[in-house]
Amino acid sequence: MFALEINQLQKIYKNNLHALKGVDLCVKEGDFFALLGPNGAGKSTLIGIVSSLVRKTHGQISIFEQNMDTQLNKAKSYLGVVPQEVNFSFWESCMEIVINQAGYYGIPRKLAYDRAEKYLTQLGLWEKRNDRSRTLSGGLKRRLMIARALMHEPKLLILDEPTAGVDVELRRSMWAFLKEINLMGTTIVLTTHYLEEAEHLCKNIAIIDKGNIIEDTSMKYLLSKIGTQTYLMDLKIPCNELPKIQNINLRLLDSMTLEVDIPKEQNINELFVQLNHQNIDICSIRNKSNRLEELFINLLNNKNN
Amino acid sequence: MGSNRIFIAFLTILRKEVTRFLRIWGQTILPPAVSMTLYFIIFGNLIGPRIGSMNGFLYMEFIAPGLIMMSIINNSYSNVVASFFGAKFQRHIEEMLIAPIPDSIILAGYILGGVARGLAVGLVVTVVALFFTEVHIHNYLIVISVAILTAVLFSLGGFINAVFARTFDDISIIPTFVLTPLIYLGGIFYSIDMLPSFWQSISKINPILYMVNAFRYGILGISDINIAYAFAIIFLFIIILTICALVLLNKGIGIKS
Repeated sequence: MFALEINQLQKIYKNNLHALKGVDLCVKEGDFFALLGPNGAGKSTLIGIVSSLVRKTHGQISIFEQNMDTQLNKAKSYLGVVPQEVNFSFWESCMEIVINQAGYYGIPRKLAYDRAEKYLTQLGLWEKRNDRSRTLSGGLKRRLMIARALMHEPKLLILDEPTAGVDVELRRSMWAFLKEINLMGTTIVLTTHYLEEAEHLCKNIAIIDKGNIIEDTSMKYLLSKIGTQTYLMDLKIPCNELPKIQNINLRLLDSMTLEVDIPKEQNINELFVQLNHQNIDICSIRNKSNRLEELFINLLNNKNN
Repeated sequence: MGSNRIFIAFLTILRKEVTRFLRIWGQTILPPAVSMTLYFIIFGNLIGPRIGSMNGFLYMEFIAPGLIMMSIINNSYSNVVASFFGAKFQRHIEEMLIAPIPDSIILAGYILGGVARGLAVGLVVTVVALFFTEVHIHNYLIVISVAILTAVLFSLGGFINAVFARTFDDISIIPTFVLTPLIYLGGIFYSIDMLPSFWQSISKINPILYMVNAFRYGILGISDINIAYAFAIIFLFIIILTICALVLLNKGIGIKS
C-alpha cells in the first residue's frame, strides 16, 4: 500500500509562479523517503498542499488510499507534519501545546497526558514541560514540534528540514529517534539540505527541481551511479613535485595536500603502494565532499543544461 | 472523525481560548472594569444628577444596561480578532488546519471563546454597576439571551476582521473607526426619543441600537424600539456573518496560499 500517492500535482500561485508542474510521487508504507531539491524547487509547496495549508491548482493526493478531495478528514488523521518554521504559540507551555494538539485529533485527555509524557520524555523535553515554548532553545523547539506531530501517532510523518540549524549532537539524537519510529512502522518523508542526513536515514529518494521530479529511485541505486570519488590526502612531508601514477588523476593543491580521483572499480591499495614507492607518506585521508551531494549537484546541472 | 472526537476538538479550542484570556486577565478582564468604573463615576455620579431622570429612571440606572452591553460587544469582538489574528501571525493556526477538524468546529470554538470573554467581562461590569446603582432585572430570559446573542454576533465580526487582517493595524481599524462610533451612537447614554425625527430615523439604521435597547428592556423594562425587531435583526446578522465566516474558512482566505 502507498502511504502517500501524488498524481499530476500542480500549483500556480497568484503571481503566476508555477511552483509544481505535474508532480507524480509514490511513497510506500513503512518507507523512509527523502525529498530533496534546491531552494525554491517546490518542496515546501508540495508539503504545504499535502498538509492542507496550500491550495492545489490541479492533481490528486491520497494518504493511505484516502483521497484528500473526498475523504479529507480521514486522510488528515493519518498525517503528522513537522514544519520548517516554528509554528506554535509562544505563550503556551510545552505540555499545553502537545495536549491541545492531541485534542484537535479528538484524543481523550487522559490518553493525551500519557502520550505527552511518553513523547516529551523520549525527546528530552519532560523537564521543560511547564516552560513556555518561547524560552526553549532552537533545537528544543524543533524537538517539541516532533513531539507535537506524534501525539496522534500518525502513520505518515512528514518532516520539512527538521534538523536545520540544529547542532551535530542533537541532530544525531534526532536521527536515532526517527530511525526508531520508522522501524516501529511510521512512514517518514523527510526534506533536508543536509544530504548526509538523507544518505544516512533514507531508503528511497526523489529529487525535485523547478517544480518537476527529476529523479525518483532507491538511495542504493542512486549512490551506485557515482563513478568516481575524490579524496584529499594530507602529506606527512612537504612535496613540491606532483607524483605520477598510472591511471589515477592526481593534483597537488599545496605542498601538504594531494587531491586524487579514484574510479569506483579502482583498488585503493594500489594507490598507497605507488605513493609509498615515491616516498610520499600520507598521514590522513578524507572525502572531498559528500557522495550524494556530488550526485545531487550533477543531476541539477545536467537538468539545467 | 466521530462526533465524540469532534466534541473533544471543540472543547480543546474552547479551553485554549478561555485559558488564553484568563492567563492575560490584566489585559482582558481588568481594563473594562476600570474604564466602566470611570464611566459610572463621571456620567453616573457627577453628570447624571444634573441630567435628572431619563424615561422615568435615574440617569445612572438608565446608562447601566448600555455600559454592560458595550463591554460585552467590545470584549467579544476583541477576543476573537486578537486571538485568531495572533494564531495567524504566529502560524499556530496551522495546528488546527492540518488536523481533521471541520471548519464549523474551528469557528464554533473561537466564537464560544469570544462569548465566554464577553459574558465574563459583562458579569464583572455588572458587579461594578452594583456599587453605584441597584440593578433589578425585569426579564431574565431577555437579558441572558440578548447578552449571549450579541456576544455571538460580535465574536463573528471579530473573526471575519481577523481573517482579512494582514497587520496589527488591521485589527484596530474596525473597532476604532466603525465599532466605537456605532456603540456611542447606539443609545447607551441617551434615548433616541430625545433626537429630532431625522436623527431618530438615522439611528435606527444602527444595529447596536437594537441590542442596547433590547438589553435595557430586559433590565429596566423600557425600550425605544420593538423587542421583536431587535431579536430579528440580531438573528439575521448572526446568520449572515456565520455564512460569511464559514465560506472564508472553507476557501482559506487569509490563511492558505
